[in-house]
Amino acid sequence: MDKLLNLLSENARFTDKQLATMLEMSEAEVKAKIEDCEKKGVINGYHALINWQNVDPQYVSAIIEVKVSPKRDHGFDEIARKIMEFPEVESVYLMSGGYDLAITVSGHSFIEVAMFVSKRLSPLDSVLSTATHFVLKRYKDMGVKMHYEADDERGNISL
Amino acid sequence: MINYDKILSEKVKTIKPSGIRKFFDLAAEMQGVISLGVGEPDFKTPWNVREAGINSLQDGKTRYTANAGLIQLREEICNYLDRRFLLKYNPQNEVLVTVGGSEAIDICIRALVNPDDEVLIPEPCFVAYSPIAALTGGKPVPIETKAEDNFRLTAQALKAAITEKTKLLIFPFPNNPTGAVMRREHLEEIADVLKGTDIIVLSDEIYAELTYSGDHVSIASIGDMAERTVVVNGFSKAYSMTGWRLGYAAGPTPIIKQMTKIHQFAIMSSPTTSQYAAIEALKNCDGAIKKMRDEYNMRRRLMIDTLNNMGLTCFEPEGAFYVFPSIKSTGLSSEEFCERLLMEKKVAVVPGGAFGESGEGFVRISYSYSINHLIEALGKIEEFIKSL
Repeated sequence: MDKLLNLLSENARFTDKQLATMLEMSEAEVKAKIEDCEKKGVINGYHALINWQNVDPQYVSAIIEVKVSPKRDHGFDEIARKIMEFPEVESVYLMSGGYDLAITVSGHSFIEVAMFVSKRLSPLDSVLSTATHFVLKRYKDMGVKMHYEADDERGNISL
Repeated sequence: MINYDKILSEKVKTIKPSGIRKFFDLAAEMQGVISLGVGEPDFKTPWNVREAGINSLQDGKTRYTANAGLIQLREEICNYLDRRFLLKYNPQNEVLVTVGGSEAIDICIRALVNPDDEVLIPEPCFVAYSPIAALTGGKPVPIETKAEDNFRLTAQALKAAITEKTKLLIFPFPNNPTGAVMRREHLEEIADVLKGTDIIVLSDEIYAELTYSGDHVSIASIGDMAERTVVVNGFSKAYSMTGWRLGYAAGPTPIIKQMTKIHQFAIMSSPTTSQYAAIEALKNCDGAIKKMRDEYNMRRRLMIDTLNNMGLTCFEPEGAFYVFPSIKSTGLSSEEFCERLLMEKKVAVVPGGAFGESGEGFVRISYSYSINHLIEALGKIEEFIKSL
């Protein structure tokens, strides 16, 4: 099962037939296992990893550290769910350490992201403070080295 | 003006350079080639092994070791050979640490072969055996292995090739380029043929850890074959330590003693840093090898299935990291196929003829590259075949 998940996380576009061949399973078995994982929330989606800066050079992402005052009985859930709803917000994590929520936000310009933080995020009840860090360059994301074709270092020496 | 042709050794001049090299040189001049011709793992040496090497340098271990290799390394080699292949050797006098499996092959042949001795070489096979046998003054005698036998050496073919001049049988399994593996029952048949003769077996087991569907069995573990077998193995393929240049030979004391003598004069001792790294590899990398083997196995299945589906019949290779499909259905010669595939689709594979005459009509495709590269290359090979 792990092998199947590893392959899919490397490349979600392997066909069922390729997966079946590599894992010595039947195509039907592969289909069934994938469906099962999807139902159980183990596999939550298949998204192409786009380098948006190649498409729009102004495109920018930010990692925002948010300090929150948790609600009695609800902890952080309520505020996290509110923040989750914004389409600009790509991820929301509850963190240990010096702040509470780490969120990543993307937009078409620095100003757009900065405005989102000041107009929509900071004013929320429960948000005590935010610290916005802009991503200047993405080297590696989701296990993939971005705009970097590793040279085949093996050379041509072997017989 | 010196006429170098007059002064160079006659024997050396008659050795033909590897057919694979000219091919690689061609591919090296092109951009964007997916090379499936390389016989080297795409994995890097496991980090703990690299660290052991680095630590040994920081500790100042930069001097010669004992000629035969660090005794701790020889002990670990014996532990490894016992726990993996049930082979029992004495680290004091039955093991020699060499500069790659390559050196072990070279000095084993030199320690055994007299001028005119016959050296039996099952083909297609690794290109080094024949030239080294010839350099020693021996006579390389190729034995054809066939696709219908899954490129195994058959007892009949062996029997037919033995003469009273036969000194040595080169026994490279799992095989480069075919991926053929000899299972226990096949080894027993070979052992039967050799019983009562004085023929020595050089068992090149460098790909032993890359045996799929079942564990590797060494011919040295069959019956009383140990007294006539020199086992050659190393660290290049199993631990991705190709650049560290380290291997070993294990065998009967009298042979290892002579090999050590040659090694002492030619090399002194194998690289010290590599030896320390190798100790770590043998002690702590069984898990890493298994992961790598599983990864290769997935790629292997993908290659066989895809190649067969596009009409390049490919028997199932059970070892190493090569597939050896037949390209006879295209009507091209192996060289033509490879050259045109390289020029038209920028995929490099190696013509089977480079490994012996019986390799003509086949190509060697190595799967020591990432699955995504392999899928891309297979797609291009399919386009190429359709365009013919």
